[in-house]
Amino acid sequence: MKHLENDEQVIVFSDFTFQYRAQAEPTLRNISLTVRKGEKVLIAGPSGSGKSTLAHCINGLVPHFYAGTMQGSARIMGEELGEASLFKLSSRVGTVLQDPDGQFVGMTVAEDIAFKLENDGVPQHEMKQRVAAAARSVGMEGLLGASPHELSGGQKQRTTLAGVLVSEVDVLLFDEPLANLDPQAGKQTIELIDRIHRETGKTIIIVEHRLEDVLHRSVDRIVLIEEGRIAADASPDELLCAGLLKRAGIREPLYWTALQYAGCSVTPDMKPASLRDLRIDEWAAPLAAWYKREEPVSWEEEERPAVLELEGIDFAYERGESPVLQRVSLRVGRGELVSVVGRNGAGKSTLSKLVCGFYKPTAGRILYKGQDLAGDSIKERSERIGFVMQNPNHMISKTMLYDEVALGLVLRGLDETAIRERVHDTLRVCGLYEMRNWPISALSFGQKKRVTIASILVLQPEVLILDEPTAGQDYRHYNEMMEFLLMLTGQGTSIVVITHDMHLMLEYADRAIVLSDGEVIAEGSPADVLTDSRIVEAASLKETSVYELALRAGIEQPKEFVRRFIGRDRKERGA
Amino acid sequence: MKVRMLTYTRQDSYIHRLTGAAKLIFFAVWSVTAMITYDTRSLLVMLLFALVIFRLSKVRFRDYSFVLYLILFFFALNHLAIFLFSPLEGVSIYGTRHELFPIAGRYVVTEEQLFYQFNIALKYVTVIPMALLFILTTDPAEFAASLNRVGISYRIAYAVAIAMRYIPDIQRDYENISFSAQARGIDISRKEKLTRRVRNVIGILMPLILTSVQRIETISAAMELRGFGQRSKRTWYNGRPLAARDYAAVALIAAIAVGSTWLTFRDGTRFYNPFG
Repeated sequence: MKHLENDEQVIVFSDFTFQYRAQAEPTLRNISLTVRKGEKVLIAGPSGSGKSTLAHCINGLVPHFYAGTMQGSARIMGEELGEASLFKLSSRVGTVLQDPDGQFVGMTVAEDIAFKLENDGVPQHEMKQRVAAAARSVGMEGLLGASPHELSGGQKQRTTLAGVLVSEVDVLLFDEPLANLDPQAGKQTIELIDRIHRETGKTIIIVEHRLEDVLHRSVDRIVLIEEGRIAADASPDELLCAGLLKRAGIREPLYWTALQYAGCSVTPDMKPASLRDLRIDEWAAPLAAWYKREEPVSWEEEERPAVLELEGIDFAYERGESPVLQRVSLRVGRGELVSVVGRNGAGKSTLSKLVCGFYKPTAGRILYKGQDLAGDSIKERSERIGFVMQNPNHMISKTMLYDEVALGLVLRGLDETAIRERVHDTLRVCGLYEMRNWPISALSFGQKKRVTIASILVLQPEVLILDEPTAGQDYRHYNEMMEFLLMLTGQGTSIVVITHDMHLMLEYADRAIVLSDGEVIAEGSPADVLTDSRIVEAASLKETSVYELALRAGIEQPKEFVRRFIGRDRKERGA
Repeated sequence: MKVRMLTYTRQDSYIHRLTGAAKLIFFAVWSVTAMITYDTRSLLVMLLFALVIFRLSKVRFRDYSFVLYLILFFFALNHLAIFLFSPLEGVSIYGTRHELFPIAGRYVVTEEQLFYQFNIALKYVTVIPMALLFILTTDPAEFAASLNRVGISYRIAYAVAIAMRYIPDIQRDYENISFSAQARGIDISRKEKLTRRVRNVIGILMPLILTSVQRIETISAAMELRGFGQRSKRTWYNGRPLAARDYAAVALIAAIAVGSTWLTFRDGTRFYNPFG
C-alpha cells in the first residue's frame, strides 16, 4: 500500500451493491461515497438500514467474515475490497465494535491493548512501551493490570480503542459506540473520539443512530442510510434543516424539537447541529414567548394505591462483603410508570432480582399490596411481578412463538382451551397475534423482545419490571415499545423500567428513582431529576439539552421550561 | 456476583511464580503417578508434600471452598458406591479376610475393604490440592504463552486462554437464564421429578448455547479484526522464559514419579499389603 497524501481519498465506494449469502435481497444498493483523509463522518440510519453492513465493508468483515456477492467497486485505502486480506486491512482500519464485553479478548487491560502487536510479532520490550503509551492516550494507564470484570463499560471501550490506536492505523471505525454505555460514559466517549481526531488527524467514521449524543462534538458530515441506500450526505446543519432525519426514523435533538415547537424556522447558517455553536440570539424572544404561551403542567402526583413497596432494603452477596444495596425504600403505585436510573453497578439489576425473589435481602421488607413477600417462592411471585430481561435470548427457550408464550401457563398445569384463550388475548394486546404460528427465528430483535414481554404478561402480573426495554432499538421501535408499555399502564399494570435512556425517562416516566452506590439519592419527576446538576453528576446521567437551551435563551425558570416542553411533547405524541 | 470462584487470582508465592508450562507438566505427571500407585507409604508422602505446597501457595479458602465441598460430596458418594457394588474388593485384593462386623447379607465390613477404600481416599486427597493449585495459580494468558513455548500451536494455546477468560461471562449468562426460567415456573430443584428435571435443564441449556454461539461470533470477529491467526508465529505480552525454578520443578516431579513407581512395583504388585 502506498503512502497517502493529505486530502487523499481514503474510502471510495462507487455504485456498490452487496447481498449477504443468506439474504434474498441486497442489503446495500448503489452506494457511492467518498471519505477523505482526516474527515470525521457520522453514518446514521435506523435498524436494518444497512449502516452496520456498510461499516463491515469498510473494515473488511465483508466479505472475509460475512460472505456475499458484491457489485460495483469499493476501494479502502486504495485497495479493492475483497482483494486485500482482512489482516492487511486491519493494519489500516481500526474497528471498535458495539459490545464492549465481547470484543475484550485479553485477560487484562494491558494484554487486550497488546493483542494486535502480539499478532504482528512485535518483540516484548517494544510492545510494553507502545502499550503504555496507548493506555496513556485514553487514560487507562492506571488500570493496566485490571481484568475485564473489574472494569466499567466505558473503561472496556477505552481499552479497545487503545488496542486500535497502538498500531498506527489510518482510519478509526466506531460501530455503535454508545449502545452499551451510560449517558455520562457516552459523553466521555464522544469527547475522547474528538480529542483523538484533533490530536492525530486520523480519519474517523462513527456508525450510530443516537444523533444528539454524537453531535455533542462536531462532525464534518452525516451520511444518512435508508433501506440500503444513501438518502443524504450533507453537513449536520443542512441535514437537520432539511428535516430528513425524522422521516428516516432518527431522533432529532430534543432542543431542536423545542425550537420547532416555538415556531423557529432554523437555517443552516445558525449552526443548529450543536447547542454550543447555535446562534440563538434572534430566537431567544420567540422561545420566551412560547414559554409564556404554553400552559403550565401540573405535576401534582395523583394518589395511587401502592402495589409494590420496598422498605429499608439492605443487600450484600456475601456476609461481610460491602453491601450492594443500602436502606432502599421505594413505592410503585397502580398503573404508574417508574424509571429506575443510575450508572452501571449502582444496584439497579440487583434490586429487581430481590423483588423477584432470586436473592434474599439481608434486611428490610418487600410488600405487594401491603403483604410481605418474604415467604413466597420465585414462582409464586412471578404471577404478580413479572421480570423481563434485557437480552431476549436469555429468556426464549422454545422454537415457536405460540409455545414460548404459552410455556408459563403449561407449566402451571392449566387446561388447553384456557391456555389458548389467554395466549391469544395476550398476543393481541402485544400486536403479535398475526404471527402466532411463526417460528421465533423469523422475528426481528424488537419482535423477540415483545415475545418475551408477552410470555410474562400471559401470567397476568400486576407489576412488570423491564431491564432496558429499548436497548438496541432505533427511534421508531423505541416509540412503539414505549407506547405499548404506556397502554399497559392505562389498563392498570404498574411498570418499572430500568434504563440508561434519558429520553425515555423524560418522555414516558411518571417518576424517576435515582440509585447511586446502592442508595436511593433522588426521587421525583424526571424533569426535576434531569435538571439537578448534583444528581446528574452523582448518578452519571446527562442533563437534558432542553434545559441547556432554556439557559442559553435566558429563560428565567429553566426547570419550568423543561416541564412545559415535556407536557407539550406528550400531548403531541398522544395526538 | 460470585464470578471469581475457581479462577486465577493475582498473588505472589513460589507457586505463582512458576510458569504455566512447568505447572502443567507437574500436575499431569503428579496425577498419573498418584493414579498408578496403591502404595500407602508413597501416597502418604505425596499427600504430605501436596499439603506443604498448598500451604506455600497462599491461595485463599474462599476462592475454592465451593468446589471443594462439591468434590467432597462426590467423594463420599463414590465411596458409598464402591462399598455397595463391591463390598469384598479389599478381600480379593489382599487375599485375607479380617471381619469387623456384618451389616446384612453379603455386606460385611472387613479390615481389607476399609484399607482399600482408605487408599482410594488417599489418592483423591493427593490429587485434589494439586488440581486446585494448578487452576488457582496459573495466569491464563501466561499459560497460553508457555504452552506455545513448549511447542503447541498458538491458536490452540490461545483458545484455552480465551475459554478461561469467558467462563465468568458464561456463568453470568447461565444465572440470568436460570432465573428467568424459574420465574416462568421451570423447576430445576429437587422438588421436581427426575425426568421432568432433566427436560427443564435442557430448556435452560438451549438459550445458553445460543447466546454462547453469538458470543463466539463477536469474539472471533474482534480477533480477526485485530490480525489474529494470520502469521505462523506471534509474540506474547506476558510471555516468560523458563527459569531455573521451572526446571527444578520438572526435575522434582520426575524424581517423585520415579521414586513412587519404584516403591510401588518393587514387590511385583501395585498394592501395599500390611495383612500378609
